[in-house]
Amino acid sequence: MSLEQAITQLLTTELSPDFIEVDNESHLHSSGKGGNSHFKVTVVSDAFEGMGLVARHRKVQQVVAPVTGGVVHALGIHTYTPDEWQDRGYEIPESPTCAGSKHG
Amino acid sequence: MTKEETLAKIDGQVKNNPCVIYMKGTPTMPQCGYSSRASQAMIDTGEKFAFVNVLADPDIFQYLPFYQDWPTFPQIYIDGELAGGCDITLELAASGELLRMMKAANEKHAASSAAE
Repeated sequence: MSLEQAITQLLTTELSPDFIEVDNESHLHSSGKGGNSHFKVTVVSDAFEGMGLVARHRKVQQVVAPVTGGVVHALGIHTYTPDEWQDRGYEIPESPTCAGSKHG
Repeated sequence: MTKEETLAKIDGQVKNNPCVIYMKGTPTMPQCGYSSRASQAMIDTGEKFAFVNVLADPDIFQYLPFYQDWPTFPQIYIDGELAGGCDITLELAASGELLRMMKAANEKHAASSAAE
């Protein structure tokens, strides 16, 4: 099982998401293709209702920690309730590249 | 420095600066895309903020994740509270909330300094 699949499985079990996408973005960074350094997680779940952003991110970090700890350098997290997800037009935010504009 | 000493130092920085970002590099020379985007969002508010370059302080680099149980950099603190990392800061900036929070924190700090 790939790390994307492991992350997806943990979050699906814990949060019963309406939508989940886990992207391995390591190829955008110096680790090169096939690395497990940079991931982006987008999760839409009722479980986030009434939670602040810091609490939502902590939740996601805790759920995935068993498989990402010590391996993943950067984990982008985007959390929405179903209503918020609809409001933003179902659009996943873009991630930055590692050295910002310097590496284009 | 020990872990306890470092956490006390961080706590002092967070309490004494109404807006502070712990980042890789500096706002003018960021060393990571996430730190770059978060610090740029803070610059764009036009509000004053402090920064700590975690790459220049190995103790802070090592122990900051334990301070508020937040595993990654950058970390943004406003009015003594963890506001979030890069993703949250960009979301707050997009909604205008970042400006409101930073402005309120800076005004509160200025008022309490003036009263002393």
